[in-house]
Amino acid sequence: MSESLATVAYIGAAILFILSLGGLSNPETSRRGNFYGIVGMTIAVLATVLGPRVTAAGVPWIIGALAVGGGIGLYAARKVQMTQMPELVALMHSLVGLAACLVGFASYVDTSIQFEGAEKAIHEVEIYIGILIGAVTFSGSIIAFGKLSGKIGGKPLLLPGRHWLNLIALLVVIWFGYLFLQAHDPAAGMMPLIVMTVIALLFGIHMVMAIGGADMPVVVSMLNSYSGWAAAATGFMLANDLLIVTGALVGSSGAILSYIMCRAMNRNFISVIAGGFGTGAGAAPAASGAAQPAGEVVAVSASETAEMLRAAKNVIIIPGYGMAVAQAQHTVYEITKLLREKGVNVRFGIHPVAGRMPGHMNVLLAEAKVPYDIVLEMDEINDDFSDTDVSIVIGANDIVNPAAEDDPTSPIAGMPVLQVWKSKTSIVMKRSMASGYAGVDNPLFFKENNRMLFGDAKKMLDEVLGALKA
Amino acid sequence: MSLTIGVPREIFAGEKRVATVPEVVEKLVKLGFKVVVESGAGDAANFSDDAYRGAGATVVPAGGEVWSAADMIFKVRAPAASEVALLKPATTVISFVWPAQNPELMQQMADRKLTVLAMDSVPRISRAQKMDALSSMANIAGYRAVIEAAHHFGRFFTGQITAAGKVPPAKVFVIGAGVAGLAALGAAVGLGAIVRANDTRPEVADQVKSMGAEFVPVDYQEEGTGVGGYAKVMSEGFQKAQRETFAKQAKDVDIIITTALIPGKPAPKLITEEMLRSMRPGSVIVDLAAEQGGNCEWTVPGQVVVREGITVIGYTDLPSRLAKQSSTLYATNLLRLTEELCKTKDGRIDVNFDDEAIRGATVIKEGAITWPPPPPKLSAAPPQAKPAAAAPAMAPKKSSHGHGASSEPASTKSLAITFGVGALLFWLMGAYAPASFLAHFTVFVLACFIGYMVVWNVTPSLHTPLMSVTNAISSIIAVGALIQVAPPIDAATSDRPDRLILGLAVVAITLTAINMFGGFAVTRRMLAMFRK
Repeated sequence: MSESLATVAYIGAAILFILSLGGLSNPETSRRGNFYGIVGMTIAVLATVLGPRVTAAGVPWIIGALAVGGGIGLYAARKVQMTQMPELVALMHSLVGLAACLVGFASYVDTSIQFEGAEKAIHEVEIYIGILIGAVTFSGSIIAFGKLSGKIGGKPLLLPGRHWLNLIALLVVIWFGYLFLQAHDPAAGMMPLIVMTVIALLFGIHMVMAIGGADMPVVVSMLNSYSGWAAAATGFMLANDLLIVTGALVGSSGAILSYIMCRAMNRNFISVIAGGFGTGAGAAPAASGAAQPAGEVVAVSASETAEMLRAAKNVIIIPGYGMAVAQAQHTVYEITKLLREKGVNVRFGIHPVAGRMPGHMNVLLAEAKVPYDIVLEMDEINDDFSDTDVSIVIGANDIVNPAAEDDPTSPIAGMPVLQVWKSKTSIVMKRSMASGYAGVDNPLFFKENNRMLFGDAKKMLDEVLGALKA
Repeated sequence: MSLTIGVPREIFAGEKRVATVPEVVEKLVKLGFKVVVESGAGDAANFSDDAYRGAGATVVPAGGEVWSAADMIFKVRAPAASEVALLKPATTVISFVWPAQNPELMQQMADRKLTVLAMDSVPRISRAQKMDALSSMANIAGYRAVIEAAHHFGRFFTGQITAAGKVPPAKVFVIGAGVAGLAALGAAVGLGAIVRANDTRPEVADQVKSMGAEFVPVDYQEEGTGVGGYAKVMSEGFQKAQRETFAKQAKDVDIIITTALIPGKPAPKLITEEMLRSMRPGSVIVDLAAEQGGNCEWTVPGQVVVREGITVIGYTDLPSRLAKQSSTLYATNLLRLTEELCKTKDGRIDVNFDDEAIRGATVIKEGAITWPPPPPKLSAAPPQAKPAAAAPAMAPKKSSHGHGASSEPASTKSLAITFGVGALLFWLMGAYAPASFLAHFTVFVLACFIGYMVVWNVTPSLHTPLMSVTNAISSIIAVGALIQVAPPIDAATSDRPDRLILGLAVVAITLTAINMFGGFAVTRRMLAMFRK
């Protein structure tokens, strides 16, 4: 295959990737979208392998590597539980990051490609940046994986003067970058490159360690973005437009997702990129201590909940991370099915940051066979709460906190929330009265039309289901 | 020592209710009280003596015994003079009292050094709603009013098309959308009638609509909310406009249910003789304000009057006509009040005047008249302030992440800065970067924009599949590794560390292959789940 043919194939692959993302605008077209992605990837790989840049000697190696990696990938994809999706995605990001690093190093030591003057400098900058982003993505994603799978505690680790540490790390990276550019042969340049890689790895660890559990949606989408930029940087390094296009697509996709997540939490995008989380939320609750909500919390039993559901015409269920933890989505669906058979209009309200990654709840509900047309976004459903008889909050807290709207001193003031308190009755399922991730008390619990159903979400929902069937 | 609660039989003529029911007796016993019930107290409400016994109460024979045994008396109607005489000194009495209407009774009870809590004086604050017996009774009265109307009305409520011809639906007009009015609305809507309602308080319009009825406003600007969420007397101009509205409705509707009451005042005469005459024969009026003189000029309290083909129902004992239901609700209201009085759950009570609800309800404390209480701190419905305060809070939220339109337009200044910085960067690049780089850079920038446009269109419910598919796509990095495995090498660059590069590249391919296959497979698996 000639160089031109390979290039044309790359263009085709790039178009297919764009179509693939475009297909996700609607669940109907999304399956085809995924197929486009697969076709695009196949074309890209085949065009490369059959193209002029790969000789026959490499083909066995390539087939072997693809077979091993593909086998592992397919196995993981089959085995993973839907509640573990955030972990899997984080782990996959780390692989992209690591691969970008390896390709960067390989490219640097490869003497078969020679540049002169400005082109050489640019090429080396590209390598340097590519490895930098790759390393940050790699270590950051590994930590994110650890946090999401519970192997590392969810609490943010806040080193003293961590912003200074980050700044120093940046300056050191720039200084070694300068040294790297001054080096004349690969052997001399290797030292700064390795030092930079180590710093980048530490930076990635430090960045994600400083972020707490419920902010993970932002982190996961941010790492998604980084993995794209890593691919784009690799594309520059290898002068390959397909990599650049794809990297840019993935990068902007992740960036938009993080932006949506930030807005849903009313946080600043810049502070996320810098990994500067938790500082604002940590100090504020003490200050707003005067505005503690007061009043009575009314607890109900599972059978009373079932009674209310049976009497209701319109029900909205608001799932949160608690549902994922308790693996309660199937029971939720059973209840939904039962109620819908009785003619109750059951719908789901999803907050953008519910769960640990963007769209986490949607996937869980889809797994439990909840039809997607009754699963609505916050903006779509918020106006309907006033016509709702019962809304059930399952393992969520901050995303239904009325203080975000009513109390300007609240740390989460301004965060858009699901207005469950407007429904006739709201039932909050929770293990205890503990405050949510943001450490803010929730006045919802003390509202007159609110009831608390204490206990493990799965167990309680099973009881509710039993009572509904009885 | 725990106290004994006495529940006498109501002696007021026609009163069928009883102050506690077996279900509540159980809970009172759990709170540590002893309960003594006069034999036959619950008969009229279908609660037998045995049922009370089964719930843990002691049933004593009819006569004075219950009065002398009790430290607390639960009653429905205010005690009669003869009953007060039977009481031990320092007894606590909880019942309806109507202190404003019964000054003599109040004095008599004060002389006996009683403590009296009036269920009609429980303040209308949110916390006290659970003990608001007036609302419970009004709710029942509203429901029963519709049932009485249906009983006297010669037609169906609901419209039907039958083989024998078309039946038009009944039209019901409810005046006053308080608790009783809303209950009447609900019951009438439930029976299938066309229901309209009017109230001087404009904020209840939404409640009326939420019950499935239509709100008929009076075309006149005046705010009708008085202290504590009750209505107040309206101006002359308003009343004129109101009469016109009612006259128009009277000609059109079949049933009018009036519930207009102003605390401490005789009920306003809203339905005049003239309006009554304009109604169709067979129409029915139910006057829930009959006890306070009635809203309708033909009302005779306690009686059903038929004049010129119009039935006017002036029953004053509607809750009592649904005795089992009203006794149960009233008993529960008393239980809630008792719980507040007995926070320690040891069968003793504490009339704590720091508690706003208890303070309001207590009309005599240990012989001293404490009525009227200081006014409640807040109105049940602060009407205008709230929407005004809420409006700015809502405003920023409106800028939802509409798909495609990414965000609200940035201010001109920040826009200028963004463009300025962008232009500078581009100029620097153009000045120093080589052409080959710029070609790639062009591709990069355009791809970013395409990505931006495409990804904003992704539906939020597919964000997780989006992440996994972008993840799979980002394994395109494999291409970079592929071309490093075994490139065509010319002799000039034979110092290439082939083995090292091969190793790195093969590892990279393996890693990206995991991603590639795993990513697409898991996306496929996820998307297959999204079903309608």
